[in-house]
Amino acid sequence: VLNRRCVEAAVMTGLALNCSINKKSLFDRKHYFYADLPAGYQITQQRVPIAVNGSLSYSLCIDSKMSQMVTKTVRIKQIQLEQDSGKSLHDDTRSQTLVDLNRAGVGLMEVVMEPDMCCGEEAAAAVRELQLILQTLGSSQAVMAEGQLRVDANVSVHHPGEPYGVRTEVKNINSIRFLAKAIDYEIQRQIEELENGGTILNETRAFDSKLGCTVPMRDKEGKQDYRFMPEPNLPPLILYDAKSLPANMNHQQVINIDWIHERLPDLPSVKRKKLVEQYGILPEHSFTLLNEDGLAEFFESVLKQTQMKPKRVIGWILKDLLSYLKQHSLPVKDSPVSSFLLADLLNLLEKKEISSTAAKQVLAELWKGEGKTPLEIVKEQKLELLQDQKELEQICQAVIDGQENEVIMMVLG
Amino acid sequence: QKVSVEVLEHLEHLALVDFRDLEGVERLQKAIQFADQLQEVSTDGVEPMDSVLEDRCLYLREDDVTEGNCTKELLENAREKVEEYFVAPPGNIPLPKLEERETFLQGS
Repeated sequence: VLNRRCVEAAVMTGLALNCSINKKSLFDRKHYFYADLPAGYQITQQRVPIAVNGSLSYSLCIDSKMSQMVTKTVRIKQIQLEQDSGKSLHDDTRSQTLVDLNRAGVGLMEVVMEPDMCCGEEAAAAVRELQLILQTLGSSQAVMAEGQLRVDANVSVHHPGEPYGVRTEVKNINSIRFLAKAIDYEIQRQIEELENGGTILNETRAFDSKLGCTVPMRDKEGKQDYRFMPEPNLPPLILYDAKSLPANMNHQQVINIDWIHERLPDLPSVKRKKLVEQYGILPEHSFTLLNEDGLAEFFESVLKQTQMKPKRVIGWILKDLLSYLKQHSLPVKDSPVSSFLLADLLNLLEKKEISSTAAKQVLAELWKGEGKTPLEIVKEQKLELLQDQKELEQICQAVIDGQENEVIMMVLG
Repeated sequence: QKVSVEVLEHLEHLALVDFRDLEGVERLQKAIQFADQLQEVSTDGVEPMDSVLEDRCLYLREDDVTEGNCTKELLENAREKVEEYFVAPPGNIPLPKLEERETFLQGS
């Protein structure tokens, strides 16, 4: 039986990736033998998937200082709904495989991309953007480490102008960082193999994160014949839009594409544009804000509580706060400095009651999370800026008096 | 036509059937001949049918949890278990190649 939420998630994702949604899609059985597939087949949508022909735009920094970004696009071939298999843990020492069937049968959405990317960095940026989109839509939490988002990379090399080379599929990639490494390693391996006169086998390889290389995978050698056949238990999946909506059907049984389209939340690219337009920050800043979970909300929360201009606030958020968070490997939600405290501090700075350097000192103190307010810390450490002109003159005079010799040297030139 | 040894071996490898003897292979050939009769019908301009359920509605189920927590019953059937995992051999044990097997096909 098909779960409604899966279909909705697939349609949302298809719309977010500019795909054409197939109003009629079909389910098939893909047969193969493996310990984690107890039924001996997997239900998938090989012939007519739910969405086709979309695109995903992502941005890359072309220099390491993150000041220049280019936008690239990768075409989405299709999105299909399918079943998950179980999970296998290979125990080579005892020559056995442990199988966990808890996730078997759970719905999966497979996004197939065209080979438009040319290196690990591009793939990593594209997958990161896809991850943000999925999280924004609520289709998935897309955490790779927990297997919520799995990426298999298909890599091939060819000389410009020549047809595509033989591809290998690389599996067992557990993070975006490893994705870039695995792809770059595989590209290098294939180039070296071909330059030494060898050939590339159309095989499946596993990425070994400890050694940083890919190795051939057991059991996936040779061509498989999956004996695709239509799934007899699932009739075609019909989706409707405002025009084709049937009048007398049970509301719960109908999926209206237009209804879903209207309710799509702002995608990351739209959110970034809004941040740039509303607050006058740089595009690179909007990227960093959205890249850290909760940082954009923190930024806006601080802005609400302070008079300081966004362009100044962003510096404090991205340079000071973020570097503290990174140093201590903390997510934004665990920050010992709340948006309230930071706004308080920035207000003192804005009203010129303390200097910029003093503010940094206060922030360091706030970071310890001892519950003191910025004002208390300022008083404790006597960081107040002296506003009184007379007092300033007296201090300067005292310094000059104390350093008479130096002063005479300075005046003489 | 006759089915070649390569095709037979491929089938044995994929579907893990064993044709046993000549009678088994002949049965296969007869089955193929029987199915070939389908080719006699002209299907020009006719949309292929997926299943007899084509016109039915695909039921969409709500996201409600109705059963679960039956670990003990599920694991009861397993011959070998390790900490609630099923134990399986290290991978698919592939059928040995034609030359290495004792099969009737060798003789053909």
